[in-house]
Amino acid sequence: MSPTDPGPAASADREAVDAAGLRARTAALLAAHDPATTPRPDFLRARFDAGLAWVHFPEGLGGLGAPRALQAVVDAGLAAAGAPGNDPRRIGIGLGMAAPTLLQYGTEEQKRRFLRPLWTGEEVWCQLFSEPGAGSDLAALATRAVRDGDGWRVDGQKVWTSGAHLARWAILLARTDPTVPKHAGLTYFVCDMTDPGVEVRPLRQITGEAEFNEVFLTGVRIPDAHRLGAVGEGWKVARTTLMNERVAIGGSGAPGEAGEGGMLGLVTGTWRGRPELRTHDLHQRLLRLWVEAEAARLTGERLRQQLRRGRPGPEGSGLKLSFARLNQELSGLEVELLAEDGLAYGDWTMTRPEVVDFTGRDAGYRYLRAKGNSIEGGTSEVLLNIVAERVLGLPPEPRTDKDLPWKDLPR
Amino acid sequence: MTPQPSAALSATAPPDLLYSEAEEDLRTAVRSLLTHRGAPTTVLAGAESGRPYDAELWRSLAAGIGTAGLLVPDKLGGQGATARETAVVLEELGRAVAPVPQLTSAVLAVTALLGCDTGDAEVAAPLAALAEGRRVGALAVPLTTPPGGRPAATVRAAAGRRPLLSGEITAVAGAAGADLLLVPADTGLYAVDTGAEGVRITPVTSLDLTRPLARVTLAEAPGSLLAGPGRARDAVDAALLTGAGLLASEQLGVAEWCLEETVRYTGERRQFGRPVGSFQALKHRLAALWLEVASARAVARNAADALATGSPDTAVAVAVAQSYCGEVAVRAAQECVQLHGGIGMTWEHPAHLYLKRAKSAELALGTPGRHRAALARLVDLPGPPD
Repeated sequence: MSPTDPGPAASADREAVDAAGLRARTAALLAAHDPATTPRPDFLRARFDAGLAWVHFPEGLGGLGAPRALQAVVDAGLAAAGAPGNDPRRIGIGLGMAAPTLLQYGTEEQKRRFLRPLWTGEEVWCQLFSEPGAGSDLAALATRAVRDGDGWRVDGQKVWTSGAHLARWAILLARTDPTVPKHAGLTYFVCDMTDPGVEVRPLRQITGEAEFNEVFLTGVRIPDAHRLGAVGEGWKVARTTLMNERVAIGGSGAPGEAGEGGMLGLVTGTWRGRPELRTHDLHQRLLRLWVEAEAARLTGERLRQQLRRGRPGPEGSGLKLSFARLNQELSGLEVELLAEDGLAYGDWTMTRPEVVDFTGRDAGYRYLRAKGNSIEGGTSEVLLNIVAERVLGLPPEPRTDKDLPWKDLPR
Repeated sequence: MTPQPSAALSATAPPDLLYSEAEEDLRTAVRSLLTHRGAPTTVLAGAESGRPYDAELWRSLAAGIGTAGLLVPDKLGGQGATARETAVVLEELGRAVAPVPQLTSAVLAVTALLGCDTGDAEVAAPLAALAEGRRVGALAVPLTTPPGGRPAATVRAAAGRRPLLSGEITAVAGAAGADLLLVPADTGLYAVDTGAEGVRITPVTSLDLTRPLARVTLAEAPGSLLAGPGRARDAVDAALLTGAGLLASEQLGVAEWCLEETVRYTGERRQFGRPVGSFQALKHRLAALWLEVASARAVARNAADALATGSPDTAVAVAVAQSYCGEVAVRAAQECVQLHGGIGMTWEHPAHLYLKRAKSAELALGTPGRHRAALARLVDLPGPPD
């Protein structure tokens, strides 16, 4: 069932899931669970059980099979009453990647077990996909899952795992059959991060801090009941996850964002506030970037309008490319504009931030962190290939790695 | 997560950046006509013949489909549509580098007339004639004039029972082949019949073969006053702003054709035993260009919608559209020539018609740099103090 398909359970109750019905349900939730006196986890669980967590999800799984756009009605009602939220920035991987994949490929039992604590934030999720030897070429990954009684034993090394040190569960892609071509030998699992075979080490990055981790998996046990999708179908399942990742990273952003938002706002603020820093060269570059940022904003707005009309356009694949380049150029320009101040750096101390905060730190941090924008969630080079082949229909490069058994590929 | 480097300005209702069904129908009608009558070989042959525009094609568009009167209200003889529909027509005309005076007559001249007192028969009569496609008009300013630009007042009107105009205006687009010139002079905006005594229109061999320029020389040519100096300035400004905003849609069409044609060609052309479009070096360039064209569409729609709705952000929308779309069209045409290899350099292949249109259009109604300078004032990003 797709997230937009209300399913048979919801159709019986269809009249109640329009905006008025959702307002009534929100009021009923608030009446039964006063946010002022109900502990936060209890309120969030009650909200989930009332189907007001994500209204487009099916009934019984935190939703009501309602149109996704109506979530705003619920959110507004709850915000007005001062109800606690589930801090989506802290559980972005669970919400944005694990949840849609569980919904599409999970068994009923898996959905009922995992979705509720995922949404309330009681259980944090991380993603065990990338490996030192499998970045852009993710399907080449080498982490092995071998049958072991009624489950699986997993050995390997994963990297670029944000939140692994906080996570209770991971979505894991592992190789179950090395004798078939690489895309065919993968299986998708839910991995218990408290298993004694899981070791998490911080991965310090060029900013000095460690948002990410390396995860070493040694004899990790996974019951077969925690497999997502069929054996050998891991790549198909992973594509659902990755599609949602790109939507999350490049996609819609905060609607209603007004004024010169984000990185541009920081630079223009400095520009207007400190005229002594202005030069002709920086002026020309700033105006050019202002126009390009506005063009990217309008492209995103147009994409949202197409989605609302039910006709998604291919622009989404390109937006992440634009945002990555603009953030890098704007943050580089900001360092130059700041002159002497641009030569300083806030703090090289190794810390473990829970969320990426672009605007809360200094220009040097932004300049360095933005370098990741064209690497994380698909490098710009790979995205250009995807646009060229899937949007423009240009022929693929000849490849030698698609039909050979994985074990015979040169490494 | 990648934050958005956003630049929204006002908190008013977001512009409609899509195409309505009626707009798509209009596009289909125009494209179908151009497919039958405006093939690139026809366009090239027409340009070589020295004809200033394709009169037969213009008749079908202007009178048949009604594109000449889109911006004119019904009661003044037009179609009562808006800049949004006009933009769709211009996209299609750009895709075909069609040599017709839609921009020069149906946008620039018409908008200048709409800025005058349309209750006055001296204004209403020529307006209806242009809107119905019975006559072709041109605004007599150099094509490079940006919105708000003040062309040096080279035309003087000698007072009398019938004012007589004298002076010279260079690089006027759409003047050759026009029936009526709208001439900004020191004492106002005047209508001058191109057939009148004292009017000389000298074609200039132009970089753009499909929108040739001309020098207009007036030697005591009789004119009729359309608006006094104040109103004339506003009318010409409105015409230049509308023209610049809508030119972005024509540039989008040019870029779109160049991209599509290059993708088609590189998918077919084989070298080294494979389609050249399978080489990453080319694919990345085309994918990057696709993204720019997709963004140009959003930007051009934004300008068209702002002009159609009279948005307070119109000046910003037009400046953004002109500084963005002009460069995208040029890049698309340059990539089209380069990625076609040798055939792209030939006179026979139509790529040069698009390159010439794109490069000329980049200078038209203000260069991207001028529009960025305008933007610096509009969004309060001033340059260094000196």
